[in-house]
Amino acid sequence: MLGSLLSDDLPRSRLLAAALVAIVAALALAPFLFPGAAAINTAAKICIFIVLVASYDLLIGYTGIVSFAHTMFFGIGAYGVGLGLYSFGATWPVLFVGLLVALVAGIALALLIGLMSLRVRAIFFAMITLAVASAFMILATQFSEFTGGEDGRSFKVPELLRPATKFLDAPVLGVDINGRLAAYYLVFASAAALFLLALRIVNSPFGRVLQAIRENDMRAEALGYRVVYFRTVATLIAAAMAVAAGALSALWLRYTGPDTTLSFAIMLDILLMVVIGGMGTMYGAVIGASLFILAQNYLQRLMGLAAEALAGVPVLPHLVHPDRWLLWLGVLFVLSVYYFPSGIVGRLRGRK
Amino acid sequence: MAEDLLRLEGVHTHIGQYHILQGVDLALPRGGITVLLGRNGAGKTTTLRTIMGLWKPSAGTIGFDGRAIGGLPTPDIARAGIAYVPETMAVFADLTVRENMVLAARDAPLDGARLDWIFRLFPALKKFWQVPAGVLSGGQKQMLAIARAIAEPRTLLLIDEPTKGIAPAIIEAMIGAFDELKRETTILLVEQNFRFAASLGDRVAVMDDGRVVHRGAMADLVADEALQARLLGLSLDTHQ
Repeated sequence: MLGSLLSDDLPRSRLLAAALVAIVAALALAPFLFPGAAAINTAAKICIFIVLVASYDLLIGYTGIVSFAHTMFFGIGAYGVGLGLYSFGATWPVLFVGLLVALVAGIALALLIGLMSLRVRAIFFAMITLAVASAFMILATQFSEFTGGEDGRSFKVPELLRPATKFLDAPVLGVDINGRLAAYYLVFASAAALFLLALRIVNSPFGRVLQAIRENDMRAEALGYRVVYFRTVATLIAAAMAVAAGALSALWLRYTGPDTTLSFAIMLDILLMVVIGGMGTMYGAVIGASLFILAQNYLQRLMGLAAEALAGVPVLPHLVHPDRWLLWLGVLFVLSVYYFPSGIVGRLRGRK
Repeated sequence: MAEDLLRLEGVHTHIGQYHILQGVDLALPRGGITVLLGRNGAGKTTTLRTIMGLWKPSAGTIGFDGRAIGGLPTPDIARAGIAYVPETMAVFADLTVRENMVLAARDAPLDGARLDWIFRLFPALKKFWQVPAGVLSGGQKQMLAIARAIAEPRTLLLIDEPTKGIAPAIIEAMIGAFDELKRETTILLVEQNFRFAASLGDRVAVMDDGRVVHRGAMADLVADEALQARLLGLSLDTHQ
């Protein structure tokens, strides 16, 4: 049953299995285990980024395609749903139509980029995706009447997902059973389903061909596989998943704007999460996204506590001052890449 | 000649500024093994890669099984029934032996009876069935590369230097496997090991400077040491 759910791609490491179980359990019970808006926001962001990072790993880790346009598709999903709800009212049909329009637009754009550029060398493809993503971000900020420009758009979500909607009068285990909780579990369940779908794809015959292409495209062609076709389909699937992640982000934040969906800082974060977790290992998305977002959200706070504890000791309190959190995050990345070149999952599974 | 399975006429191939094949004429009848011999740099590997579409011919025609395949994309040539085993132990290292074999069976699941036959030819593959191909020895990788090419029946096998860097014991096993293989398919084999080539080949073509300079029966070349010396010189590794 579990093997079938995970497409027979089991963790193959007790430590990894324990870490995955802990993360999934923590995310599943996050509203009850970690009360407070900040914690639930962090949990929802982890869920959304697991999907986003898994879809990017399908490209870079499984197919060997380096794209810088992944946040563009994330943005298309967020803007599709967000602008739909903002312009036409907060109803479920609008939400689904917005998602559908975003999926069609994202897939069409991915197809266009793929057909135009997947025949060329990898570096040119990467450059083309960078150019298209930049152009899209400029368009999103310039069409401010429609998109809200740099300020983005805040909007309402369907009533069932609003914090004011109460399903029970009394809290359960200290947690209000309201629309916000429903929104979290919608994000969690959708992320789980999308992740399992990605796992199914990479473990299918199609996924094996992608891995063969990543290793040696000439050999894959000599076996009779049309490399451009497989690369294009992989970009379409990854784009569709990023669009879905963007839609989940919009639903959760009730806001969409260039900084939360389209920025290159997010693209860099995704890249780091894939590398830290382990390229070409779907479980790397779970580990990488969880660790990175936790570090992003809590490292500063931990350093504040450490600085207080070390008060009076020379130099050390300055080194661990919360203002230097980015420096330490950078050090952590360098160390993780140095000691885990195949990512944490690769290391735990025994690869060098 | 209608009975030829593969026919190259006046094939030229340029790689960048280099003119490698300079008018290759070669005809392969159905069945048996034709060995392509020649010193390093004579154009043997380029000939195989040009047939497979990995290099596009700049002139000449390539006919296979009654259709022109010169200039077709490589996947179309593979789907026409030609399998190619490059000289570099071309396995997919991150995939298991099983996954490598499943990839080779493009349109249908692996046939059980055929797989048993392949396991008889190359028993090591059964032993390492679930092991990543990257951890196999050189000889085992070469066996996997050949097994992948025959995972489904193919009309023509192009095999490039299967004995390169392989231990003598494995070469002996390979001779047995090739002997059996040639009963079901036609093979064009590039080989530097003359003893291996001589023990298997039915026909031989010798290349020099991008052209085929000799064609004939392998038995005739084996029997004529003067011809061997004239055509092959000292560059061939005889593995005596």
